[in-house]
Amino acid sequence: MSRLRASLTPYALLFPGTLWLAIFFVIPTVVMLSLSLQSGDVVNGYAFTFNWHSYVDGISTYHDQIIRSLVYGLASTLIQIVIGFPVAYWIAFKGGSRKSVYLFMLLLPFLVSFVLRTISWQFFLSDNGLLLGPLKSAGLVPQDFHILATSAAVIGGLAYNFLPFMILPMYVALERIDPRVLEAAQDLYASKAQTFLRVVLPLSLPGVFAGVLMTFVPATSDYVNASVLGGTSNTMVGNVIQNQFLINQDYPTASALSFTLMALLLVGIFAYARALGTEDVLEVAAR
Amino acid sequence: MNHPHRQDPAFLRGTTQRRLGRRDAFRLAGLSAAGLALAACGVQGKGTAKPTSSAQAQSEVEKYWSGKTKNGHVDFANWPLYMDPKQPELKQFTKQTGITVTYKEVIQDNPSWFAKIQPQLAAGQSIDYDLMVVTNGLHFTQLVQLGYLVPLDHSKLPNFAANAGDRYKNESFDPGNVYSIPWASGMTGIAYNPKYVDTPPTSMADLWNPKYKGKVGMMSDSQEIANFGLFALGIDPDKSTEADWEKAAAKLREQRDAGIVRKYYDQAYIDPLAKGDIWLTMAWSGDVFQKNVSDGTDLKFVLPKEGATIWTDNMMIPKTATNPVDAITLMDFFYDVNVAGRLAEYINYVTPVPAAKDVIAADAAKATGEDKKLLDAVAASELVFPTEDDYARLRSYKNFATPQEQKKFESIFQAITTA
Repeated sequence: MSRLRASLTPYALLFPGTLWLAIFFVIPTVVMLSLSLQSGDVVNGYAFTFNWHSYVDGISTYHDQIIRSLVYGLASTLIQIVIGFPVAYWIAFKGGSRKSVYLFMLLLPFLVSFVLRTISWQFFLSDNGLLLGPLKSAGLVPQDFHILATSAAVIGGLAYNFLPFMILPMYVALERIDPRVLEAAQDLYASKAQTFLRVVLPLSLPGVFAGVLMTFVPATSDYVNASVLGGTSNTMVGNVIQNQFLINQDYPTASALSFTLMALLLVGIFAYARALGTEDVLEVAAR
Repeated sequence: MNHPHRQDPAFLRGTTQRRLGRRDAFRLAGLSAAGLALAACGVQGKGTAKPTSSAQAQSEVEKYWSGKTKNGHVDFANWPLYMDPKQPELKQFTKQTGITVTYKEVIQDNPSWFAKIQPQLAAGQSIDYDLMVVTNGLHFTQLVQLGYLVPLDHSKLPNFAANAGDRYKNESFDPGNVYSIPWASGMTGIAYNPKYVDTPPTSMADLWNPKYKGKVGMMSDSQEIANFGLFALGIDPDKSTEADWEKAAAKLREQRDAGIVRKYYDQAYIDPLAKGDIWLTMAWSGDVFQKNVSDGTDLKFVLPKEGATIWTDNMMIPKTATNPVDAITLMDFFYDVNVAGRLAEYINYVTPVPAAKDVIAADAAKATGEDKKLLDAVAASELVFPTEDDYARLRSYKNFATPQEQKKFESIFQAITTA
């Protein structure tokens, strides 16, 4: 009896998660895949017709926005690595007994809603706002200079909004490095730079990878930053999908674009994992 | 995910060479099961035939309203800033009729409101509101086409018959007010901030003026922006054809590519205008007035000489309403001349009751000081009581004959706003 129970335990533990995924991921995904192959309109209904044109039309009309999203996602991810790594490194190695305080401060902005944080950026960066107003009246920047409605504003907003998701996994990876490994490196006459490049950096890569997973994917499909901080030529594919779903009620095109984006992101992530020298993405992320 | 199109070569060989092995048979079964599952996700059409004759419409009305009685309560869904927050009109209504009203400002824009209520209406479930306000346009047309609205019993609308302006009794989007009566109208024109714009704009050309490079706001809504493109070319939106749309799109693209447009806005143009991020912008008439009153700004609004858009927000009863009699009583109540006057004094949008002007003028005569100045301004305001000259320049949104036509229109103009 107890052996039976023991053999059932893993399944029992998996059950809630599996059920959750089945209901909230698998079913919607199947419905969306189906929708992307349908044709029709909201009044006369949609019928399943294997209509591949939604993919063809969607990609040919919106390839600019898709590529732009990937570029913005990538740029913001790189900025986050550059800004985030030193922060994670400092907290992990020099944070001392106040580590948890610093981590809490990192997460503090997250108590404010995502949209509100983005709008506060809009407020701060506005043409005559807190930042540019004084600079303009001091004559340091030209009168028609603006930051809002540029790619820089959108990428900056993305980097800002997802930064903690980059820092936390890097911190975890760095924090786990055994100090004795560093001592060993010193004992073997490695310089500080060598220790960092040949010991710390390789050991932190799984954290960087996990951070990239958690920021690149949501940043690429984000639409809030582009609509709040962007201008006429910063539309991302997320905005297009939102438009197609809510305004045009063109569910097939919206679904087709979502699937295209999903496919591109998956390909990108696997290529990246490959480049890091492993084929097993999940194992790296979980390490 | 099983991609049914990506068949493996062994399977293809199996079918083309008529050698269906056991494994292939299983694969085929799997494929068709996947196909069935996908096909089962189809969304059914809910379109219903519209009544074709007035006799048929009349019988629809009788069929719906027979046996319906007053329940003493009504749930009202409206837009923000469309009534004095103290709701004096609703209090008066409850006192007069004994019907209580729950008033919620839950509608922010038409597409998302439609997206929210559509599944419930399709399933025949109550949306928890008996009365709602929707703008004429794509979503209004869809609500009618899908049969989601109650045909109105005009014998229950005596105030409307007596007091509504002729213009509002015969709107192109709902001739004969079969499904709706207006709540208020408004105009889409040009708003500007006089702090940055010295010469008041008078025409569409000002929105294309390179002098205002990067400081012009346009709307992201396809119908709004299409109308402005068409006006700029001197084309009447209502009579426009697909070729006209292409021309208007080219005109709008030229404006965008010259860097004149700062951004395509939804409703959020008013703060950037007040802050100076944009200097002039497409805007709705009442917004400017309300921003000036609430924040003490000095924004201005003009109707460009080529023309401007007039739209109407309409009261309607969803098919699944639980208190339709109470709802239609409330609808008619807002056509009482006094009620319409007080409402217009507060919201500053065009009232469908022309006689309300006298009520406001009378109130102004009684008032003193600031109040008097404000009320006099409202009574004289062309944004609340447009003159015949104004009306002659105002045009509606384009009505679409077919969904294909609408889709074409959307794809032409969204290519501009989502670049």
